[in-house]
Amino acid sequence: MSVPTLAVFKLASCDGCQLTLLDCEDELLTLAGEVRIAHFLEASSALTPGPYDLALVEGSVTTPADAERVREIRARSRRLVTIGACATAGGIQALRNFADVEEFTRAVYARPDYIDVLATSTPVADHVDVDFELRGCPVDRGQLLEVITAYLAGRKPDIPDHSVCFACKRRGTVCVTVAHGTPCLGPVTHAGCGAVCPAYGRGCYGCFGPSGSPNLRALIPLLHRDGMDDRAVERLLRTFNAAAFDREVRS
Amino acid sequence: MTKNPAAGVLDRDGLSALVEVLIARGRTVIGPTVRDGAIVLAEITSADDLPFGWGTQVEAGRYRLVPRTDGAVFAHTAGPQSWKTFLHPPRERLWSAERAQDGTLSVTGDDSGQPSYAFLGVRPCDLRAITIQDRVLAGGRYPDQGYRERRTGAFLVAAECTEPGATCFCVSMGGGPAADSGFDLALTEVLDGAGHRFLVRSGSEAGQEILADLPHRPADAATRDAARVAVDEARDRMGRAMPPVDLRTLMGESLEADRWDDVAARCLTCGNCTMVCPTCFCTTTEEVTDLTGDHAERWQRWDSCFDVDFSHLHGGPVRASSRSRYRQWLTHKLSTWYEQFGSSGCVGCGRCVTWCPVGIDITEEARALHDERAGRLRHEQRKETEQ
Ligand code: SF4
Ligand code: SF4
Ligand code: SF4
Ligand code: SF4
Repeated sequence: MSVPTLAVFKLASCDGCQLTLLDCEDELLTLAGEVRIAHFLEASSALTPGPYDLALVEGSVTTPADAERVREIRARSRRLVTIGACATAGGIQALRNFADVEEFTRAVYARPDYIDVLATSTPVADHVDVDFELRGCPVDRGQLLEVITAYLAGRKPDIPDHSVCFACKRRGTVCVTVAHGTPCLGPVTHAGCGAVCPAYGRGCYGCFGPSGSPNLRALIPLLHRDGMDDRAVERLLRTFNAAAFDREVRS
Repeated sequence: MTKNPAAGVLDRDGLSALVEVLIARGRTVIGPTVRDGAIVLAEITSADDLPFGWGTQVEAGRYRLVPRTDGAVFAHTAGPQSWKTFLHPPRERLWSAERAQDGTLSVTGDDSGQPSYAFLGVRPCDLRAITIQDRVLAGGRYPDQGYRERRTGAFLVAAECTEPGATCFCVSMGGGPAADSGFDLALTEVLDGAGHRFLVRSGSEAGQEILADLPHRPADAATRDAARVAVDEARDRMGRAMPPVDLRTLMGESLEADRWDDVAARCLTCGNCTMVCPTCFCTTTEEVTDLTGDHAERWQRWDSCFDVDFSHLHGGPVRASSRSRYRQWLTHKLSTWYEQFGSSGCVGCGRCVTWCPVGIDITEEARALHDERAGRLRHEQRKETEQ
């Protein structure tokens, strides 16, 4: 079997998720031995046109050009995995979904007519079929390696869909909500970070987006009890996964 | 209990000596200690690590650490962990495999040697929970080797309850604040005019042997009486109670109850209740491979029936709704556990009530199911008499 090719692409995003791949310092050399990196601008300017065996796509679709490009990437990729909150939920830039984007362009740009953007920021899966979505802002290094390793081994990645609370309890953290009355989004947030924030005494702020079965409506009264007013709750939910949590509030 | 010949009285130095002696015998001593605003269970290296002068105030979904003026060390209720964290750890490697250059595989079991534990301050409810997990994990045809080794090697020092919490209901589950068996040593904390001391009883030869090594005096009648009164009074001060009905039948007759929809609207399906429950044992298997595929490992980690993937078969999860997942938890704890393991799966420790972020209370849910069934029966009877 020939060496599989790996490609990394970026749409509207900050580059943090693809940087996570470069951050896998101990594994990078091994990875380079197992795959041929065919397209990864952040690592190399040597590009090959595809087709690719595994494409990692970071970023959300915010322009008509992005939408076209992601269709083209899909056509050239056997497996397409989206990485990060932008690619899987629309990212922080999805805040525009709650506002009038034309008003923004008029306020910011001298020549708004030069700006060709979509009214919303949307996840890649809204535009093309996606084989796997890896969440997080940014994605977790261990989980990213797990997705690639699982692909190489021909198995399903072990990325649980349950809440952050599972990980929080497994690591033996004292619940910040129950013991301190600190607002925490852990019960509705997708695991993946290893429950880092509660381990440092602060509440989860939802950077991995909604879990597989969130009950946001049952959590909101708790956030109120712990001192957040409606505005504060809205701000807490409207960060990197704003659009995904918004869908949950409305469901 | 009062007839037990191997009873004595320890003072605070005696308690310190207990920790020292256990450590000197090569044991890893786990006990209650204050961390991050709670009393957790962790390795302790001296009795000074114990929560002297700390108590707890709990309610459904709420836990607060509060200072006590009496200096008591065992006057607190269950924290977020139980002894299962040590006997049945959250994550455990089962085996690893290597693929050699010629393609041959070698598999190595993970028998790297288990720690020799001493648990200090095991509550009577937790003694029962350990017995229940023994049946689940070490009994039957396929015992969990790691669990069995850790368990058979563990030395248990019980602490009887003198200060039950608002979420405790062990009495209504057939238990109580007194420790009768299943321990090596049992302590009862006594605080009165005659000083801060512990009635100590041995429950095994190993316990007797350790006790002989500790500076202690023979148990006097006043200490025995004070200990008995404190435990008896605790029995009457349970914060909660299960409805006094046959819970097994209640669950069996409530499978289609409306109450499940009500609780499903409140439940976050976050899994906290099963993680803190000292009897919940469910795990999933995790296969770890490296990038080359030459090295693989199998791990076991805690899982829960609140996880959608937990019931995932081909085509999708069997219990997709939170209604069906909450129902699985409650009916397993209170009913189907009997069929599987010959007892209830709940000892009334109150952890799931305290540590549920939204304060869902297993006793309240059982009572609501009971009321709903009673209403249903009344309605049926009325219909029958009308006919
Ligand atoms: S601290 Fe947050 S994540 Fe951890 S158990 Fe509590 S609610 Fe869940
Ligand atoms: S009952 Fe409470 S702790 Fe258990 S899953 Fe539901 S919300 Fe979480
Ligand atoms: S079901 Fe709740 S009260 Fe019963 S043993 Fe488990 S955690 Fe304790
Ligand atoms: S209640 Fe759920 S997690 Fe606990 S033992 Fe039963 S099936 Fe397992």
